[in-house]
Amino acid sequence: MPSYIKLPAYEIIKRIKAQELMAEDYIASLYERIKKVEKDIRAYITLTEDLALKKAREIDKKVKKREKTGRLCGVGIAIKDNICTRGIRTTCASHMLENFVPPYDATVISRIKDEDGVIMGKANMDEFAMGSSTEFSYFGPTHNPWDLERVPGGSSGGSAAAVASGMATLALGSDTGGSIRCPASFCSVVGLKPTYGLVSRFGLIAYANSLEQIGPITKDVRDCALLLSCIASHDPLDNTSVDRPQEDYTKYLIDDIDGMKLGVVKEFFGEGTQDYVEKGVLEAVTNLEELGTDHQEISLKNLQYALPSYYIIAMSEASSNLARYDGLRYGYRIPNKSYDWSTVYSKDRRFGFGFEVKRRIILGTFALSAGYYEEYYLKAQKIRTLIKRDFDIAFKKFDVLIGPTMPILPFKIGEKVQDPLEMYMCDVDSVPANLAGIPSISIPCGFSKGLPIGLQIMAPPFREDLLLRVAFSFQKNFPVSAKLRSYE
Amino acid sequence: MSKIKSVEIKIGLEVHCQLTNLKTKLFCSCSSDYREKEPNTLICPICMGMPGTLPVLNEKALEDAIMVAIALNSKISERMLFFRKNYFYPDMPKNFQISQYDKAGGVPLALGGYIQINGKRVRIRRIQLEEDPGKLSYEGTIESSTYTLVDYNRAGISLIEIVTEPDMETPKEARLFLEKLRSILEHLGVSNGSLEGSMRCDANISLRGGKRVEVKNISSFKEVERALNFEITRQKNLIERGIAVGQETRHWDEVRRITISLRTKEEEQDYRYFPEPDLVPVIISKDQIKKIEQSMPELPDERRKRFVEQYHLSPQTAEILTRSKAMADFFEESAKLYDKPREISNWLTGEFLSYLHDKGIEIDELTLSPKHLVDMLKLIDEGIISRKMARSVLQDMLLTGKMPDAIVKEKGLEKILDREYVRKIVEKIFKENPQAVKDAIVDKKAINYLMGQLMKATEGKIDPKMAGEVIRERLSKLSKFATS
Repeated sequence: MPSYIKLPAYEIIKRIKAQELMAEDYIASLYERIKKVEKDIRAYITLTEDLALKKAREIDKKVKKREKTGRLCGVGIAIKDNICTRGIRTTCASHMLENFVPPYDATVISRIKDEDGVIMGKANMDEFAMGSSTEFSYFGPTHNPWDLERVPGGSSGGSAAAVASGMATLALGSDTGGSIRCPASFCSVVGLKPTYGLVSRFGLIAYANSLEQIGPITKDVRDCALLLSCIASHDPLDNTSVDRPQEDYTKYLIDDIDGMKLGVVKEFFGEGTQDYVEKGVLEAVTNLEELGTDHQEISLKNLQYALPSYYIIAMSEASSNLARYDGLRYGYRIPNKSYDWSTVYSKDRRFGFGFEVKRRIILGTFALSAGYYEEYYLKAQKIRTLIKRDFDIAFKKFDVLIGPTMPILPFKIGEKVQDPLEMYMCDVDSVPANLAGIPSISIPCGFSKGLPIGLQIMAPPFREDLLLRVAFSFQKNFPVSAKLRSYE
Repeated sequence: MSKIKSVEIKIGLEVHCQLTNLKTKLFCSCSSDYREKEPNTLICPICMGMPGTLPVLNEKALEDAIMVAIALNSKISERMLFFRKNYFYPDMPKNFQISQYDKAGGVPLALGGYIQINGKRVRIRRIQLEEDPGKLSYEGTIESSTYTLVDYNRAGISLIEIVTEPDMETPKEARLFLEKLRSILEHLGVSNGSLEGSMRCDANISLRGGKRVEVKNISSFKEVERALNFEITRQKNLIERGIAVGQETRHWDEVRRITISLRTKEEEQDYRYFPEPDLVPVIISKDQIKKIEQSMPELPDERRKRFVEQYHLSPQTAEILTRSKAMADFFEESAKLYDKPREISNWLTGEFLSYLHDKGIEIDELTLSPKHLVDMLKLIDEGIISRKMARSVLQDMLLTGKMPDAIVKEKGLEKILDREYVRKIVEKIFKENPQAVKDAIVDKKAINYLMGQLMKATEGKIDPKMAGEVIRERLSKLSKFATS
């Protein structure tokens, strides 16, 4: 039984379709696993066991009757709790939305249901996706399966921890400034942030609309390609979704990168990058060279301004996006005798939001204020344009760019909570891809002191094929193996 | 008003017009037909701003707005942007409004343009497309109410905001501008100005180059004139007493007919405008503009010129008729049924207009059709009723909607056509007024008294021409007798 929890999705799907494995048994085994380890890891906010088992039985019936089944036939998926699920509460890990049950599915959820995926539950995250450690959750922090005293990364920490610990076979996360790649790196799984506009954002509760994308968090690169193929499609409900033909990304899983040109981004190895991380990533570069690639260092000058620009844009958008949470139409409302709406709003928002969310709302409000807008928001947008240009130029010379996903190894829970700037610094290598709107993947590339290291690969817009090809070749030839203590 | 010359007053308007002919809202597929509907029934997760939902632009709204921009001679942006206007208020489901902006890198739908009123150009500053907020209701007044009711049916309705330069110099010009704008929108078929709340405006006014005062919450054209007149008097009084007029925003209280200070310059809200990240820039091609331009119906100015050429009306008359689409339509329909257009226009710009003005309604709100007017005019031509009688017939038609021949019959208004009958009455009058008859024989002007008596006796139902003939006939007999 426990062997199912280690299997990648494509293996599970193959067996269910071949009637070698009952979807119901497999899903039940995942919940058994949850019962065993969830108390230590805390990856989920809401579990949907009854719904999942019901869905699994339906799929078993379909398979038995030889009806057409979807590409995710029976596979158990954890959904980050900022992605709306019809009839299942979607909290954004916030007191504000603790009891919010959306009457609609996000487009990606509809796609997953169409493909016969099974929703395991809603995964923990930093409140409103604001954080890099999943410590800022109203429901408490998630623990890293590789070391329970450490953070799983964030903000999609629950999704990554669930996949890493076998409590889900696949997961969806969202990435505004690294929120898929950071926990993928910290939990030694694969996480991909698609090109901006590739995956519909309809139903994703917005943190910073112009930066974020939903993407897969998986055990390996093949699963990543599979899940991406299912969720990437044009959506008329999302005006920023790009109208392009649907693709089957699994066809890019080719073990051949001979002659490919890799740019090693100099700025990703700057001050603040831990030696262990640098060593691990450079080793991966050497490995890729063995596969016939050619690498060179490249400097993207404007990346030094990426982090402040990112935070100004993200917080500005957030200050406006989160204005709707006033307790009036839905969400948290504290009993109030005041008839004055501004007092009612203030009280609801004071108690409904956590500390980090309030910090970002206040900073974003400031950045958009008259007299400061030009100094902060507009300047940040200009830098964003310059960074895009830097990438454009780099991609004329290189097929893909590489570097570490995170400058540091997973840190201890509580270590950085008191120092927001130190926490923000963790995102230094992940935010450039969001500012430029380009696709970026994090894959496991080794361990140091028993803790995972992630390799980040970036490609030009809509060249997810290149990312997957490089990632697949690396994974195939240099598999990262380590024993997860909690598996035993 | 008396001491301040009109040139010293500068008025600018911000007009919000709903695109009432659209079926759905600006960013979702909810019905936009919200009037008289149960509150909060025409809403969906998108117009309620629920978490995770995204706006999608109504293409037809964009087309309508482009049409308005063309009609107002504005320069349409090749790449327009939506901006968020942030402020907390319960009528805004998202606590921001998706609007447009012409500063901070914003590009609204169109810039520049003008509307011609009485040979004068009122310049347009910008035209933008935005969503209407919901509607708040209170128990009694806003101050005394212990609760606020919110109806979001209106939230998300398509609005165009038209901002003018401060080119108007009198409250009357402001009203004429609004009438002309409404006529243009109605000719385009994008907005029905007679629907309650479909056209609302804020007015900016400054005197003698002083500080600008904004008056908000003006709900109709009549109110605009009233509010501006009040504001001019108020500011004039301040100036005469040597008190400086401060820059502020005031609220027009329709019931008390006064303006009340809302906030001063220092308290102005900071809307923290920034580009709406959920909507990509809208590219408007020259081809698209050309296509829309070609499909555009006739506009009031073109129609006015045509009226002068086709119906030989005076430019002034044509101007008055085309100030309202309903009026111009009424005229043209009548002219199809009756070939004396000037006769029609005389009645429309005279009796009809003063009646409509008194009632504060449009001609298409009457139960009267062009056929009513035309039938009445034919009765005059046939000599069945006099012009004077027609006026009373018209008043009856306006009140009851009955056809003119029915009214004439009911009230026995037919003119007396029997000459023998008239002769008998004249004979009687002559007997009763011997002195007047004597006078009339000597002095022809004195005949008027006898005429008056005849009209009185017949209740005006007699044709004045026939009356004159019969009296003169009788007088000439008498005078022959007298001289012989």
